[in-house]
Amino acid sequence: MTKEEKKELIMKIALSLFAKRGFYNTTISDIAKEMEMSVGNMYNYFPSKESLAKELLIYTSKKFGEEIRKINEMDIHSRDKIKKIVELYFETAINEPELIDYFIRVYLSNKEIFANGCEGMLCVSAFVTEIMIFFEEGVRKKELKNQDFFAAFGLFMGYIGGLAFLNKEGILTKSLYEYVEPVSENIYNALKV
Amino acid sequence: MHSKFKVLWIDANTCYGCSHSFFNYKEFSSLFDEIEFLYHPLFLSNDFSIQNSDLLIVEGALRKNFFRMGYEFNELLDSLIKRASNILALGTCAVYGGIYGEGLMFNKKEKGKYFDLNIINLPGCPPHPDWIVYILNMLKSNKQILLDELNRPKEIFAYTSHMGCVRNEYFDWKIDAKDFGEKEGCLFYLQGCQGPFTHGNCNKILWNEVNSKPRAGTPCFGCTEADFPKDNLFKTDTFMGIPANIPLGVSKRAYLTLSGVAKSLKNDRLEKKLINYLKEKNEDR
Repeated sequence: MTKEEKKELIMKIALSLFAKRGFYNTTISDIAKEMEMSVGNMYNYFPSKESLAKELLIYTSKKFGEEIRKINEMDIHSRDKIKKIVELYFETAINEPELIDYFIRVYLSNKEIFANGCEGMLCVSAFVTEIMIFFEEGVRKKELKNQDFFAAFGLFMGYIGGLAFLNKEGILTKSLYEYVEPVSENIYNALKV
Repeated sequence: MHSKFKVLWIDANTCYGCSHSFFNYKEFSSLFDEIEFLYHPLFLSNDFSIQNSDLLIVEGALRKNFFRMGYEFNELLDSLIKRASNILALGTCAVYGGIYGEGLMFNKKEKGKYFDLNIINLPGCPPHPDWIVYILNMLKSNKQILLDELNRPKEIFAYTSHMGCVRNEYFDWKIDAKDFGEKEGCLFYLQGCQGPFTHGNCNKILWNEVNSKPRAGTPCFGCTEADFPKDNLFKTDTFMGIPANIPLGVSKRAYLTLSGVAKSLKNDRLEKKLINYLKEKNEDR
């Protein structure tokens, strides 16, 4: 295994532990144990638990960003793009729940970990930039209403994040998949011209 | 003694702003040592006649059924063009039509009546006097003027009016001037400044050698561009809060990424009035 591959594996294990137990309840030695590595060797890959947390944030943001970029580059109506983004998000919540959990449980709930080096958009810019491009092009094509960016961003991301959270809590009565259609429709209705 | 360089300056639909800009050239009187104005509508020159010229300067936009010196203007222009060694479309009206809409080579962004001619285009409302003199000097000394794809001199229009702006540091860090006339802060996001995508070196050479619109607190109006004048010159066009026009030469994705990073990192020195920043630092000592 190359150093890069090993690094990725550490990130994968750390992601699932952070998502499951939270940042503070997970130690470097927990991660090392799962990796069957010594704690000392772990530090060859990541100088601190914080740096690991930041890299994970950049990694998840990039992953989402790349997927949304593919949607942005499709020659389809904004209404269909919304559906594809919602689908992408809900599918991730179902198949890789640790990614969403990490975002909600670690990033959004422990901003102090990210205060130095991940402030503002720094570590999530890959994702936010693609959302900006999605909105900007939708307005340019006269499919979406021209409004404040954060009013639209909050409506979109807050809504689907909230649904993923309810799903995780076991509160939803139906499968998350079944919400793709009505949720996309609601978002489009709120954002359309 | 070699003969003087002969210029014939004709006025189409114009406010004469280009002429007045030219009159403000700092060494105006010295131009007459080597240049003879066969005709200029505003200053004492010979009586008008259709004749050969080394350079025909057209100021103003075209219009049908418009008369000058007893001639229908379009017919007059055809005759003068045939007799001119070089042609200069002077000002945004002559180049793109400006507020009238019909220029020589272009009607706004569409091809115009004289699109196929080899015309030098010098847009601007008005064009800087140094630009006009640059053309005169180059032509009378038989030097080649490098032109871009819209026949504008590259020496002038390779620049944007953003280059040389004293507010560039604020642009870099995305710190906006919140109100009209503020001395500090960038005018790009809120005040309608078109500098980053408007061609011209005016912020580098300055007007009257002292100032420019953005330096003084007025946004660049994009006066050298085909779509000048746009509506709402003091307000930035945005789509969902994102500028509709971004700086030239960069992809939207790259630009938004860079802007987000700059905004996130912040520059404490520029966040407040410069003078207050210094005062507080001294107080700390």
